[in-house]
Amino acid sequence: MDTTATFWMPPSASTTAGDVDSLFYFLLWVSVFFFALIVGLSILFITKWRRRKGDTGRLDTGPTKNTLLEVAWIVIPTIIVVIIFVWGFRGYMNLSVIPANAMEVKVTGQQWFWSFQYPEGASTVNELVVPVDTPVKLTLSSQDVIHAFYVPSFRIKRDVLPNRYQFAWFEATHTGEYDLFCAEYCGSKHSQMTGTVRVLSGADYKAWLEGAALAGEGMAPAEYGGRLYESKACVTCHSLDGTPGNGPSFLGVFGHEVTLEDGSTVIADENYIRESILNPKAKLVAGYQAVMPTYQGLLSDGEIDALVAFIKSVGGEGE
Amino acid sequence: MSEQTRSAAAELPRSAVAVPERTDENGLPRPNFLRDGGGTLWSWLTTLDHKRIGILYMIMVMLFFFVGGLFALLVRLELFAPGEQFFGPDTYNRLFTLHGAVMIFLFIIPSIPAILGNFVLPLQIGAKDVAFPRLNLASWYIYMIGAIFALYSLVTNAADTGWTFYTPYSSSGSDTAVISITLGAFILGFSSIFTGLNFIVTVHKMRAPGMTWFKLPLMVWALYATAIIQVLATPVLGITLLLLVLERAFGVGIFDPAMGGDPVLFQHFFWFYSHPAVYIMILPGMGIISELITTFSHRNIFGYKFIAFSSLAIALVSFLVWGHHMFTSGQSEFAVMLFSFLTFMVAIPSAIKVFNWTTTLYKGSISFSVPMLYALSFLFMFTIGGLTGLFLGALSVDVHVHDTYFVVAHFHYVMVGGTVMAFIGGLHYWWPKMFGRMYNRTSAVAAWALVFVGFNMTFFAQFILGTQGMPRRYWTYPEQFQSLHGFSSSGSLVMGLGFLIMGVTLLAGALRGRVVGSNPWGSLTLEWTHATSPPEPHNYPNTPVVENGPYDFDKLVPRVDAPGEPGPEPEPAPAK
Amino acid sequence: MADAEAAEHPKYLQHHFSDAAQQRESSKLGMWIFLVTEVLFFGGLFTGYAIYHSWYPEIFHAASRVLDWRLGMVNTFILITSSLTFALAIRMLQVDRVKAAVWNLAATFALAGGFMVIKYIEYSHKFHVGQLPGKFYSYGGIDVANPHVFFSFYFMMTGLHGLHVLVGMGVILWLLIRTARGRFGASYHNPVEVAGLYWHLVDLVWIFLFPLLYLIA
Ligand code: HEA
Ligand code: HEA
Ligand code: HEC
Ligand code: CUA
Ligand SMILES: [Cu+2]
Repeated sequence: MDTTATFWMPPSASTTAGDVDSLFYFLLWVSVFFFALIVGLSILFITKWRRRKGDTGRLDTGPTKNTLLEVAWIVIPTIIVVIIFVWGFRGYMNLSVIPANAMEVKVTGQQWFWSFQYPEGASTVNELVVPVDTPVKLTLSSQDVIHAFYVPSFRIKRDVLPNRYQFAWFEATHTGEYDLFCAEYCGSKHSQMTGTVRVLSGADYKAWLEGAALAGEGMAPAEYGGRLYESKACVTCHSLDGTPGNGPSFLGVFGHEVTLEDGSTVIADENYIRESILNPKAKLVAGYQAVMPTYQGLLSDGEIDALVAFIKSVGGEGE
Repeated sequence: MSEQTRSAAAELPRSAVAVPERTDENGLPRPNFLRDGGGTLWSWLTTLDHKRIGILYMIMVMLFFFVGGLFALLVRLELFAPGEQFFGPDTYNRLFTLHGAVMIFLFIIPSIPAILGNFVLPLQIGAKDVAFPRLNLASWYIYMIGAIFALYSLVTNAADTGWTFYTPYSSSGSDTAVISITLGAFILGFSSIFTGLNFIVTVHKMRAPGMTWFKLPLMVWALYATAIIQVLATPVLGITLLLLVLERAFGVGIFDPAMGGDPVLFQHFFWFYSHPAVYIMILPGMGIISELITTFSHRNIFGYKFIAFSSLAIALVSFLVWGHHMFTSGQSEFAVMLFSFLTFMVAIPSAIKVFNWTTTLYKGSISFSVPMLYALSFLFMFTIGGLTGLFLGALSVDVHVHDTYFVVAHFHYVMVGGTVMAFIGGLHYWWPKMFGRMYNRTSAVAAWALVFVGFNMTFFAQFILGTQGMPRRYWTYPEQFQSLHGFSSSGSLVMGLGFLIMGVTLLAGALRGRVVGSNPWGSLTLEWTHATSPPEPHNYPNTPVVENGPYDFDKLVPRVDAPGEPGPEPEPAPAK
Repeated sequence: MADAEAAEHPKYLQHHFSDAAQQRESSKLGMWIFLVTEVLFFGGLFTGYAIYHSWYPEIFHAASRVLDWRLGMVNTFILITSSLTFALAIRMLQVDRVKAAVWNLAATFALAGGFMVIKYIEYSHKFHVGQLPGKFYSYGGIDVANPHVFFSFYFMMTGLHGLHVLVGMGVILWLLIRTARGRFGASYHNPVEVAGLYWHLVDLVWIFLFPLLYLIA
């Protein structure tokens, strides 16, 4: 799949990428031409007419104006940039006119992870799974500050705003995994707000959807919780080894006393954990800010149970 | 015109050289502005002399250049490899914010206008001073106050919003000292407005007799166009930053979505200033390049009027393109189209200048003095920077490279490869005028070479990083970008060393360099032909009367008062 | 010009100008440019106002109703009158009637003070009932969503304008003292002239603010 990657560009894997690349290379050659022209002529002139000993008194002989030349180098670049402009604008329209038959995925950006909701009801975090050769419409929104959804291999990027929906679309042409970045600075972990776009064949995608519904089946709850801990991005803020991050470490939380922001204390039991996940602002742990997003609607009951079991397993009551 | 020999030229008028009435034990003119008022600290802090104010600015602005450069080096060190090298993400975010903010607000905006503009503008038009000397001094103090606010932010909690201060992160997301740094930038804006105001009035009202508009050196045209932008754009930034401060302090709700406000509105306000501001940065640099290329090609400029008017064209059109920073923010297709189109239109006047400079080299008599080396590197690097601006103006390509290292590379090529090269070239050019002494050529050339090589290593790699998809403002990054980042970081150390040597060379030159006369380069503008080096406190004992154009090398042979650095032998005084 | 320099070198002529005409024209041009920056400065706020008004006209209409247009009206008259007295002061100096100029300046100062007193009354009432910007808003009497946005604009615009009035009062006082000491007369009164330009702008801004804030209901 990487055959389309070049020295300048990452692999191109969407239907619109080709046109962007062509314009890019057109610009590159225009630039190389003008650069070579200017630097080449300068080098020629400065070697040919460099000052030699004894010619200090020479009166200058070069021309000081030539209207024809001036007009030429106004008109020619103008024509070139108009071509570039029209080409670029057409490419932009390709990116913003969304095919009517596109499958729709809802994308939410928040500090500092992405979540995706599929029409069939599945949801993922930091991993967008799509079928190949199918137009996908993304409805983007943010829970907090501005982010930007960027997939270099698709050549698409769109700011994700807190106060309105934004849209983007693509149609993947190759199966494989592609980088997903947050391209608008959004605070501390902006550079870790990354993910993957997994493009599957139609059949694999179907199988994945079914698997997503059955996830966790036949796995110990704590083990499944451990998976969720990573896939639902708890890992970005909560460590397992006791080092505090944006949120408190999970090590030894369960069953222990937690001091809250208002000075009171609670014992971290199942219900407290559940509340912390669904309504994190209800009880703030002392010394931390209310940056944890709510997972209401992002996690099923089964998943919450699994997470509770997992947190329990990380240095629970016993120690 | 056929090539004329020197004996024929000897019949033609030769321009004058100012000879000091008296000199001190070092051979420097007496009186000169450096020694005025006994040269005490107090006499400097209360001076109304534009030349001294230029030097006061120089001390502070260069200091901040090194501070900003140090932040840049720390940024590059951290990016040497993915993951934590020296700092965590929070420190990194503060570092690039401070790097950007210091470089933009404290260094590059004031650099050429406030230092070199202050020093040479009145000299070049034959005036005794700028129109409002007190305002000029006040603007320096305002600059100092702004700097203190910025530094205060630095020592408290710094800021981590990026130099663009985008809401809502800056208004409610970040818990750093955003208020003090934005207030700092707000105050610095006034300093810039006052400098611009002063220059406009000075150019209109203070020109010496005979100094018509088309006899103005192109540096003056460039500063004039810059001043227009400073005066028109900076107040908008002022009000924007003030709104941001109020938003953060009182939650006034204008940029806050929770109250029906719109965070993108902030971006419009911000770029309405900050796009024209990039031309505040480059236009004076272009002015310097016109001076350097003519002087060291010993030749009249090609297309004087085209260069002069293209400055004005840039100044005016630059107000209409701000939206090109927001192509992915969801503006209407119509707005996006208009902004893209106008962006290309504003590139044309820059192209005109570049072509005219290149043609000026044709049939010149070119000497490779240090300032000329910087001017030639400007041509080389600004062309790259400007041409990559075309990539960014092209809509579909910008969607891909927006907010990646491609943009970072673009703006460093225009700002460092363009403005900073021109600025440093200008410093090397007017240095003997300021201090009457010449720096060491060998070490100045070595510094230039290191900067040139290091700069291209650092930033060319970033174009490739950007097109490969590396986003900017990233503290860590995927493995595949490591080799290019490593290369870029190594280059930055070479460049840093170059700037360090440059600083030492200039300083040593000012203090102990060889004494040169009033016109070591053989230039034709008034400050070289009619003023001593360093100039007298009131510039010209007798107001000069201007008869010739600033670059009439085809009519006049300048008298070179003392050997310039390289090649040419000194011009013997003409037999009267 | 060199002759002029030798012939006429009055005390008020700064050394770097070659003659009084150059000095006068420079200071006038300088003030005009400064006024342009002021217009742009306020222009930013007016733009913000226009955008918000177009998004949420109902907020502006409902909230504007709680302002007392009569106080605004009185202030408008006060400022227009003060512009007149300032202009008269300049005229009096031109014809060398220094004493009349002093009286006119004093009247201008008093009118500006009157303006501020009325502003003070308005402000203190708003502070009292909680018609305040942004998160300090606590007034309950306006029945639309987010009425505090209107008060954000109200306070920012009138606050910035009020600040300009205060600065203007400082300048007028200074001019008043210097005129009374006989520094200005028919031959030299640049500072009074350019300060007058500034004062007219302050007046003009208010003439825009008054209908935009008080009369849109
Ligand atoms: C000195 C400062 C400076 C200068 C002079 C320029 C010059 C130009 N800039 Fe740049 N720019 C910045 C500083 C500058 N820029 C900064 C700081 C940013 C980013 C800010 C941030 O986000 O932090 C930025 C970002 C930026 C963007 C937004 C990118 C993004 O965020 O996605 C765009 C988009 O259009 C752009 C375009 C241009 C163009 C078209 C020019 C043109 O004026 C260039 C004109 C010059 C030439 C064209 C070269 C010479 C001509 C020839 C060699 C002849 C041949 C020419 C033709 C065929 C036309 N710039
Ligand atoms: C005039 C403006 C200016 C200048 C001159 C520079 C100069 C440099 N900048 Fe830049 N830069 C910006 C303006 C500028 N910058 C802006 C506006 C941003 C955007 C910020 C944001 O995103 O908000 C930015 C962002 C930026 C980034 C991107 C950070 C990110 O997105 O995560 C990087 C990374 O490489 C960088 C590097 C550099 C380097 C290596 C230099 C070098 O040229 C610096 C060279 C100078 C020195 C090195 C100092 C001199 C020497 C010493 C201090 C002595 C010690 C050194 C040795 C002995 C080796 N800068
Ligand atoms: C953006 C950062 C962030 C993410 C992502 C995040 N949290 Fe949190 N979390 C916090 C912060 C900060 C706190 C402490 C403040 C509070 O109580 O809200 C916290 C507190 C908690 C607590 C209470 C811990 C204690 O010591 O009392 C639990 C339990 C918890 N989170 C579970 C989760 C789970 C499960 C996930 C993933 C499904 C998750 N968090 C994702 C930031 C985050
Ligand atoms: Cu989210 Cu950057
Ligand atoms: Cu721009």
